[in-house]
Amino acid sequence: MSYQYNGHTVEHDEEGYITNLSDWTKELADVIAKAEEIEMNEEHWEVVNFLRSYYEEYQIAPAVRVLIKAVKKTMGPEKGNNKYMYELFPYGPAKQACKIAGLPKPTGCV
Amino acid sequence: MAAPETVIPELEHALDVPCLRPGAMEGLQPFVAKPEHNEPLGFPGELVPDWKEKALEKMAELADKNRGFRVYLDMCVKCGACTDKCHYFIGTGDPKNMPVARQDLLRSVYRRYFTFAGKYFPWLVGARDLTEDVLYEWYSYYHQCSQCRRCSVFCPYGIDTAEITMAARDILAHVGIGQKYSNEIIGKVYKIGNNLGLPEPALANTLEGLEEDIEEETGVTVRLPLDEKGADILLVTPSADFFAEPHVDGLMGYAKVFHEAGVSWTISSYASEAANFGMFIGNYENMRQISLRIRKAAQDLGVKRIIFGECGHAWRVAYSFLNTLAGPFDFLDQNYPVPQHILDFTWGEIQKGTLKLDKSRNDHINLTYHDSCNVARASRIGDYPGSQFEIPRNVIRAVCNNYHDMDRDTTHESTLCCGGGGGLLTDDLTDLRIKGAAPRMTAMQKLTEEHGTTHLAAICAICKSQFTKVLPKYGYEMDAILSVHQLVSNAVILTGQETQEDAGEPAEAAQAP
Repeated sequence: MSYQYNGHTVEHDEEGYITNLSDWTKELADVIAKAEEIEMNEEHWEVVNFLRSYYEEYQIAPAVRVLIKAVKKTMGPEKGNNKYMYELFPYGPAKQACKIAGLPKPTGCV
Repeated sequence: MAAPETVIPELEHALDVPCLRPGAMEGLQPFVAKPEHNEPLGFPGELVPDWKEKALEKMAELADKNRGFRVYLDMCVKCGACTDKCHYFIGTGDPKNMPVARQDLLRSVYRRYFTFAGKYFPWLVGARDLTEDVLYEWYSYYHQCSQCRRCSVFCPYGIDTAEITMAARDILAHVGIGQKYSNEIIGKVYKIGNNLGLPEPALANTLEGLEEDIEEETGVTVRLPLDEKGADILLVTPSADFFAEPHVDGLMGYAKVFHEAGVSWTISSYASEAANFGMFIGNYENMRQISLRIRKAAQDLGVKRIIFGECGHAWRVAYSFLNTLAGPFDFLDQNYPVPQHILDFTWGEIQKGTLKLDKSRNDHINLTYHDSCNVARASRIGDYPGSQFEIPRNVIRAVCNNYHDMDRDTTHESTLCCGGGGGLLTDDLTDLRIKGAAPRMTAMQKLTEEHGTTHLAAICAICKSQFTKVLPKYGYEMDAILSVHQLVSNAVILTGQETQEDAGEPAEAAQAP
């Protein structure tokens, strides 16, 4: 199970989360997004970049609430809400956006 | 990676007996755990070469140690009372999801090797050999049971069917076939302290953020303390309460109640998880290891009481097994229940009159309540029979004006599983989860037709996440599922909180249903 792009081969698990987090690149994010039927735009990137910087600091993806608060600050209240996040990432901002951002899947009762 | 679209079961009534669809769910399997998920739990990494011997050894050991398990294997008379009681059977029509048939996948093997008739005349008594195909059939169908025990309620012998599922999963893990979802999560509890894998700095940051949110909303400083030695109460809550919606809103509700009650409390980063997936995989040792973390946290922090947040199976483990697994808790204050349920605490405060409540703040909600299976059928919340049904409803009625119960055949001890319990709350079982939710969703739809019900409340992290996912398939918004303490949080007016009424403005027009 792997993503192929520009001569790179990147392993992923059964659900498409990359196995080795350091394999992530922006080009790869586009490849993963395409597999998820998402065309990355500026707003998708805003979310992905926030997830990655939060992960770098805390070693975990942020709670949806934290993400939405951050988005509200940068993109305004009409976009900083759960509904809009699901418009951007139909399978959920936590799981699908994490996959594109090259982060592990949140586990547990979530 | 879109899976084929699930066909939503259409039921006239929540408990409709479906047309049989033999083989409908054949071969469905959640992802199998990798060695790195199995080994930290003390299981072999992958299928061992002598799996047959090892599996039968384990079955013998379980039948020997657990008298109940042996009795359940021996005493079923195939009366059929359980056949149509399983939500997964109702939702899928697969006859192997009839509880009696699912149990017989294991019982037939037990009979072959452990009973006189099965040893010598297997063809007469439906006994069968243990083969690799049988192992994987177990793996498939014992992951189509959420251990909710609804069928047990209707069994005239009281066979605890969940025990059979747990034993089957334990035997499978013992020979190296573990479930990725549950085992990966248990590994995170050992390594980090919770199912999510939320490290201490992230937890601290999350709690600070929630304090800010409450202050912004109410103007009152309400603390969510972490690792505070000398606090009276240790709150043990599912880590989903730190992460997911509507769980977080419930956590803020607990904090507001503690604040108004004037008690000192803390969360522990070491035991930042109430859930105990050791129960789901049916493994005593893992269940014990996870429970011991709570004991250690309580001792290290020097608390006097332990209170559990809204989590279904955690409460079953806490109420029924905690003392055996991690007791004695003689170092806690014996004047309080050990452990106590958050709803018991909140109901106590409501009765004392500590909380100022404005029910009209939940007037935009037309509510019903889903009894979570592990609380309903395996415990009490207060100190009298039936308190596990009454106390949540008492609290709800104290904070919410519009409330109706669903069909009595689907509530209280006869409650239906949400469809995601028992270690099945994983994306690789989404199809099963949607189908298994059909009976509950049908009961809710009926109430919507009769009373205009808009929302569903629950006291279990799994139920909440499961409903968030499946409600939209049945015509509701994903946020139609609420935490009970979210309703409390909406209604409570904190001491010193300025309300819009104070400011002379009309009551807040909350979001339309």
